[in-house]
Amino acid sequence: MASVSMTINGKQVSGEVEGRTLLVEFLREHQRLTGTHVGCDTTQCGACTIHMNGEAVKSCTMLAVQAEGADVSTIEGLANGDELHPMQEAFREHHGLQCGFCTPGMIMSATALAKRNPSPSEDDVRHWLEGNLCRCTGYHNIVKAVMAGARAMNA
Amino acid sequence: MYEFNYQKAGSVADAAAKVAGADDGTLMAGGMTLIPTLKQRLAMPSDVVDIGQLADLQGISVAGGKVSIGSMTTHDTVANSADVKGAIPALAVLASGIGDPMVRNRGTMGGSVANNDPAADYPGAVLGLGATVVTDKREIAGDAFFTGMFETALDEGEIITRIDFPVPTKAAYTKFPNPASRYAIVGVFVAQTADGVRVAVTGAGGTAFRATEMEAALNANFSPSALDGISVSSDGLNKDIHASAEYRAHLIGVMAKRAVAACG
Repeated sequence: MASVSMTINGKQVSGEVEGRTLLVEFLREHQRLTGTHVGCDTTQCGACTIHMNGEAVKSCTMLAVQAEGADVSTIEGLANGDELHPMQEAFREHHGLQCGFCTPGMIMSATALAKRNPSPSEDDVRHWLEGNLCRCTGYHNIVKAVMAGARAMNA
Repeated sequence: MYEFNYQKAGSVADAAAKVAGADDGTLMAGGMTLIPTLKQRLAMPSDVVDIGQLADLQGISVAGGKVSIGSMTTHDTVANSADVKGAIPALAVLASGIGDPMVRNRGTMGGSVANNDPAADYPGAVLGLGATVVTDKREIAGDAFFTGMFETALDEGEIITRIDFPVPTKAAYTKFPNPASRYAIVGVFVAQTADGVRVAVTGAGGTAFRATEMEAALNANFSPSALDGISVSSDGLNKDIHASAEYRAHLIGVMAKRAVAACG
């Protein structure tokens, strides 16, 4: 076992993990932050997307020990109490989800895009979301939501 | 997840010692290939030695007509580097098309080149630009580096520290990506260099290779039409559910012409 410490959504946490413990397991099972989902567990679907030191990463393809000392944010850290984050609000407004399973990863990926590109085009959004799979929506409303959410975040 | 002993390296020398001291140690860079491989038990090392965070393996510098990139530099860093975009824009384009944004934030050039997946993009650039792979022990010419499918000239435990890419006159990389994984079904890197034209093909064969007949034609006449009539044999090319060997052979010609056109 190894001890690991990191900041998650602004809170300092630490725990004992095995070397093989995935970051997503540490988030979901040790920290009970179950908003981050495991979809494919093979680095393809992006449901496990979180931010590490401000950049989007797939938490199923990182070891918890690799996040030692890092600043991690998850979907739980976005809303301000009952007030949705602008990207969450855009997904609600534009019906950017159906079953909702991919949504946490979509939103974490989208907020990373919005930080780099305050006014992404449809092409920009579709290219960026290559690592996030949705099996319900056909992406159309997700793309609209991300474009609107990025503008709202940077308004 | 497969159980292994995780060790974080404090330096390149420490990493080499830790791998050498393990029963069956392996190096981990960004982990974008290794972690899925461990989950599936396609690799079962006793120890995983993490070099991804080593600061002296990060960074990009341009000097003396070459771009030097630290082996643990991420694809995202290469894709967005003003130095790379200025000196070898084709290399930034190549890096920007690997995987997806999250993979590019973790995956590294050195990891990709050391793994030598037949469908990886970077081997095309290493061969196409005639780069030099620098390790903790020696310098290896790009032309001698890729020896077979997932095989390289690296010795057991040898660590890539940086790759030096000579700045070409012109270069372009064009790939036909698998629409799901973005791995190259076929990718062609074309460069006009001080030593003539180089054409490197990735994705099509067991490992990246140079298309010498195309190089000769382009040395005589650097235009897409110079490649008319040159057909690539499908013998020995990859075939899978995504593309037959014959289809890949045809794509080499198409991608090569597009790359020449993109050189401007």
